Amino acid sequence: MKKILLMGNPNVGKSVIFSKLTGTSVVSSNYAGTTVEYTKGHMKLNNETIEIIDVPGTYTLNPTNKAEEVAVEMLDEGDLIVNVLDSTNLERNLNLTLQLLERKKPMIIALNFWDETKHKGIKIDVNKMQKYFNVPVIPTAATKGLGLKEIIKNFNYKKIVEHNFGNDDERWSTIGKIIRNVQDIKHKHHSITDVLEDITVKPLTGIPIALIVLALSFMIIRFIGEGLIGHVAEPFFESIYKPIILKLSLLLGSDGFIHNLIIGELINGDIDFGQSFGLLTTGIFIPLAAVLPYIISFYLILGLLEDIGYLPRISVLVDNIMHKVGLHGFSIIPMILGFGCNVPAALAIRNLENRREKFIASTLMATTIPCMSQMAMVIGLLGSYGNKYLIYVFSVLLVVWIIIGSLMNKLIPGFSTDLLLELPSFRIPSIVTVLKKLKMRVVGFLAEALPMVLLGVFIINIFYSLGIFDALSLTIGPFLHRLFGVPSEAIDALIMGFLRKDIAMGVLIPLGLTGKQMLTMSILLVIYFPCIATFVILLRELGVYDMLKATLIMLTSTIVVGGYLNFAFQGDGFKILRLVPVVILFIIIQFIPKIKSKNSVEMNE
Amino acid sequence: MNTCKLSEVHKNNKCKVVNFEGGRCMTNKLSNLGIRVGKELQIINSSFMGGPITVMSGSTKVAIGRNMANRIIVEVNKL
Repeated sequence: MKKILLMGNPNVGKSVIFSKLTGTSVVSSNYAGTTVEYTKGHMKLNNETIEIIDVPGTYTLNPTNKAEEVAVEMLDEGDLIVNVLDSTNLERNLNLTLQLLERKKPMIIALNFWDETKHKGIKIDVNKMQKYFNVPVIPTAATKGLGLKEIIKNFNYKKIVEHNFGNDDERWSTIGKIIRNVQDIKHKHHSITDVLEDITVKPLTGIPIALIVLALSFMIIRFIGEGLIGHVAEPFFESIYKPIILKLSLLLGSDGFIHNLIIGELINGDIDFGQSFGLLTTGIFIPLAAVLPYIISFYLILGLLEDIGYLPRISVLVDNIMHKVGLHGFSIIPMILGFGCNVPAALAIRNLENRREKFIASTLMATTIPCMSQMAMVIGLLGSYGNKYLIYVFSVLLVVWIIIGSLMNKLIPGFSTDLLLELPSFRIPSIVTVLKKLKMRVVGFLAEALPMVLLGVFIINIFYSLGIFDALSLTIGPFLHRLFGVPSEAIDALIMGFLRKDIAMGVLIPLGLTGKQMLTMSILLVIYFPCIATFVILLRELGVYDMLKATLIMLTSTIVVGGYLNFAFQGDGFKILRLVPVVILFIIIQFIPKIKSKNSVEMNE
Repeated sequence: MNTCKLSEVHKNNKCKVVNFEGGRCMTNKLSNLGIRVGKELQIINSSFMGGPITVMSGSTKVAIGRNMANRIIVEVNKL
């Protein structure tokens, strides 16, 4: 089978071209490093199946991180390289192009974002460029589908050209020459996008803008999420789905093991989607009615922010804060992704440079970032006690994030590397691309969540009827009760949380918790351990030893935070004086000397 | 000639890279983004409370961490 590689710098639109050619969806965004692993897809051309590979973006063939290593390894496999360039950034892009041309592989060049060159006042002489390199050069605008046919026409291109551009300096001077010959830039006046691009990174304007964007995002996510639940999901489940299930319940005899497994227990002769815990009731209701609406609204907003190119601006603004926890600004992006789901966040951490940063970022993310599946349940359950509890959750998690982060920064030998990040131009997102990406993430969620929640409900029923839950709440439960002030049955939630956090929150519903207990459990379920899906990825990315260390940190945090919450929220209220231990801890951390060991190099490898 | 660290250049000024006081790794990473000796940079945003500085290099905007900017020596163009 013929293999075609899409290669180019980060954020030049390779993934969009890939999606358009193969019909396979991959997540693309307007910032560097969205593709960390290669994706394969197929397309049919004249009865021939062609494999197309979306290679992670790289600036050079001398890799500086793992995603780039993947790119270079792929190089040997391809029959044809489609080198995708950002026409509005020709100079920087040509560095890779020249390196690729030396590899003696058939290659064609796609000048992507061609549509944007016009209003940026950039003129590129395609013919001259073609003559210079002696390979086909095709202007494209992938999101609009321009030039893709031309690319496909050249899929059988086999000519190999021989180039040698010499060492780094010689290569750059060649690039300079080419640029002067083929490109003409008319200086344009500052447009509104230019102004916006600049004020969003300047701290004095950028920080207030970021706060407004975050607050607005949160409000919109909640508005859409609650709207979908209140006006679509719940009405559907209550008035259409429930009568059918009630009939089925009668058919199954309203009681017994099989009935309770499929329908769940009837509460006062009626189905309660939150408490019945049958496969077809709670097992369907939690993923589809309680969580899905929030997944949709979260990923819609995230997708828009990604495609506009806003996220890297946040990286710049938080860079100095991130250095306090041993990271740099770019690590905020995995943290933001983690709010959707910790799994893609754990994968995005691969883009970080050294082992120390990967460890700190993974541990911080897995310990303190609640995923949307859990947050949807938290908002639904804890929100009913009052909005202040939601604010408590986020504040506590933020404080834990800062404390664990600065402790790790002090105690893990090594230092944080410096931020070096290309800031993408703002682009008006294409609605089609945003919706496609949303659809893909929603489908991904359903494929992952639905079976896991059903499995969870199944296990709950089995554990319940075998008396395992009773045994647990009699043995370990009392410790939880004494330590955290939660009922001993809350252990069931912690057990189920290994599987998924949304179902774990669901287990809490029948317990009739007080506001304080629900708050404690909501936070502990975030901190104590990641769900199995995240754990598997982290184990692979960090290795057994580092994962063990991370687990220890999570366990310690669970006990400390849970104990503190039990103390601080006595009597269901919070008094400012109870912040004293936190402040003291914070001051102590400031005085801990930074550990510099001989092995510091090791963690920075 | 008036050379200084990139981190010391004021906002909206232009400067030219004359030297890197860092390892090969840093030089490579910068060069991948087109920032090399002789390259003209325009400062969009200077460092604020230890934060990164933002420069325009050709048509690319790049954010550079404070420590790295301390190790990039530039020559400021007097306007």
